[in-house]
Amino acid sequence: MEKIKSLADLKKMQETLRAKIDLREQSNDPGTRIHVKVAMATCGIASGAKEVMEVFIEEFAKRNIDAVVTQTGCMGYCYAEPTVEITKPGYEPITFGYVDVKKASKIIDKYVLNNELVDGIIPVNYETIDNN
Amino acid sequence: MAKIKYHMLVCGGTGCHASKSEEILKNFQDLIKAKGLETEVQVIKTGCFGFCEKGPIVKMMPDNTFYTQVKPEDCAEILEEHIIKGRKVERLLYKDPETGEYKSDSRHMGLYRKQIRIALRNCGFINPENIGEYIARDGYQALGKVLTELTPEATIEILKKSGLRGRGGGGFPTGLKWEITRAVKSDQKYVVCNADEGDPGAFMDRSVLEGDPHSVLEAMAINGYCTGADKGVIYIRAEYPQAVERLKIAMRQAREYGLLGNDILGTGFNFDIEIRYGAGAFVCGEETALIHSMEGLRGEPTVKPPFPSESGFLGKPTNVNNVETYANIPAIILKGAAWYSSIGTEKSKGTKVFALAGKINNVGLIEVPMGITLREIIFEIGGGIKNDRKFKAVQTGGPSGGMLTEKDLDTPIDYDNLIAAGSMMGSGGMIVMDEDDCMVAMAKFYLEFTVEESCGKCSPCRIGNKRLFEMLEKITQGHAVMEDLDKLRNLSNVIKDTSLCGLGQTSPNPVLSSMANFFHEYIEHVSDKKCRAGSCKALMQYIIIPENCIGCTLCARNCPVDAISGERKQAHLIDQDKCIKCGACMEKCKFNAIFIK
Repeated sequence: MEKIKSLADLKKMQETLRAKIDLREQSNDPGTRIHVKVAMATCGIASGAKEVMEVFIEEFAKRNIDAVVTQTGCMGYCYAEPTVEITKPGYEPITFGYVDVKKASKIIDKYVLNNELVDGIIPVNYETIDNN
Repeated sequence: MAKIKYHMLVCGGTGCHASKSEEILKNFQDLIKAKGLETEVQVIKTGCFGFCEKGPIVKMMPDNTFYTQVKPEDCAEILEEHIIKGRKVERLLYKDPETGEYKSDSRHMGLYRKQIRIALRNCGFINPENIGEYIARDGYQALGKVLTELTPEATIEILKKSGLRGRGGGGFPTGLKWEITRAVKSDQKYVVCNADEGDPGAFMDRSVLEGDPHSVLEAMAINGYCTGADKGVIYIRAEYPQAVERLKIAMRQAREYGLLGNDILGTGFNFDIEIRYGAGAFVCGEETALIHSMEGLRGEPTVKPPFPSESGFLGKPTNVNNVETYANIPAIILKGAAWYSSIGTEKSKGTKVFALAGKINNVGLIEVPMGITLREIIFEIGGGIKNDRKFKAVQTGGPSGGMLTEKDLDTPIDYDNLIAAGSMMGSGGMIVMDEDDCMVAMAKFYLEFTVEESCGKCSPCRIGNKRLFEMLEKITQGHAVMEDLDKLRNLSNVIKDTSLCGLGQTSPNPVLSSMANFFHEYIEHVSDKKCRAGSCKALMQYIIIPENCIGCTLCARNCPVDAISGERKQAHLIDQDKCIKCGACMEKCKFNAIFIK
């Protein structure tokens, strides 16, 4: 990795990197891929988030679904761990709670493929500073 | 097959359930079936939206329309107008109480501005193990800005103007702290991150480190630039392996990118960070004890002054700040002091992260602006009390804080108001208690913790807290007399006034505040030998009601200590001396013949 030598370089780098998380910044661009974020803080991992993440990765590979699975920090919904946020192109992100291995497959069958929701959706009740 | 076009989210939280959301759900399902829309519209029951006051809530996706106070008979209209004709049902929209305007999009509603994520801005949003995602979200730009455009003095001025105060609990103005450290002349200075989060039920700092470690690293580098330090140390407890792992990855990546190390961003500024582990001692959250622990000495506090800003780690000027404080700083530098100070109350600016725990529906992590009320936190964001029980108290500030009750629910939360109400901000743990919690037992629980965690250096804390604990034990066992309550109060005050460090000075707070708010419970324990919450086992008695008992012998056969006697088909009797109050008999009894006195 080449070191970043100046603030200008950092800003240039940000421009190229920004495209990668644009999906999450503005979910209205229909051309992008499905993004699955698994909350993997201590609480999530303790309640099985690692296994759930594996299910998503394996199932997407098996069924040839074009999707990105990433880990993230605590979303704050500790009462409903493991939690998973799914952003489908053109849709608002939806957060699913109490996702175990079984439910992960169900979410793929129902929501990812057919746009049908499953129980345990957590209404998002915050905004980050960027939305202000 | 037609694709689902609409999602109707019906709130299934306790509050909305009580106002017929189940019926609404069923009505929608029936209507959709009748109109043959099953393949296009899906109705789904969700968790609590946190807006119970205006429930039941129905939210339409993907257009985010938020209907409030929906009645079962409104379903047909919503379906007809919204889904079929594509018009919003205005009378059910949320009406802004200030402007009187109808808000069709939930994102513009006041409630959802109740949580504002600044310190948690990237938590649950980026991949913490990928520096690229942090950079994409303005990461390290604040560091770049101060190094190239601002002098240390100007940067400190921004922090002072922002009104940011220490989030570890003390609430000392952060900018002022930096200015003091900067003013001390020395060949070597240190910047320390206090990640020794020790309150029971608190996990704010852990979540920040696990979800957004780079924001802390960046802020520490900014701190180094401002105070004149080129070394940073993170003091973290070894019980946080995941946070340690993510920090290590973040530090490695930052070095690879040249954002830590020598000549950062070509400005000639050098700064690097190392990690020191603590063994999880509560007292090591106190900065002088923390510094001793980092030096390899016993984690014991010393008298201040000298303050760490003058003589800290290895005798050098040291600036100690807490994780959450750091996480706020890059955002303040980029967005400006005026933006930050526009949030919050007069003396407490910005937001605070709280860990909600205890008898609350939505146990979790929230970030709210200062000045929000406990009622909003507990009943709107937190979704109310579990199992529809009655709210009794909330402990803020962990074992050093106090209990706040019904009367404090509408007090705006900030550093000063919480102290005035007999508690404190602390690091942000919030433990909610309901009517089944005994306040004497809660005070005892916290005392047990402080007795365990006292370092033993000064006698008021070492001996005094132990005696306090024994008195509380006596009360919960039912052996106390009224004079003990006076002793309890006096000793508490003595410990508060004479202890060496913050741990001892605050440890009697749970006792004092529970005595102030729930003195009648103390009296009941002492004079009536009764625990109204039914949680002090020694004061409970399992009694068999002879009229209800048919003599089936089930209880006697299940009693682990053979305390129940009686002939077949005759009323049984529990020997109170033998009974260990395990409750097995009551669980087994099919005739409701056993009750607790």
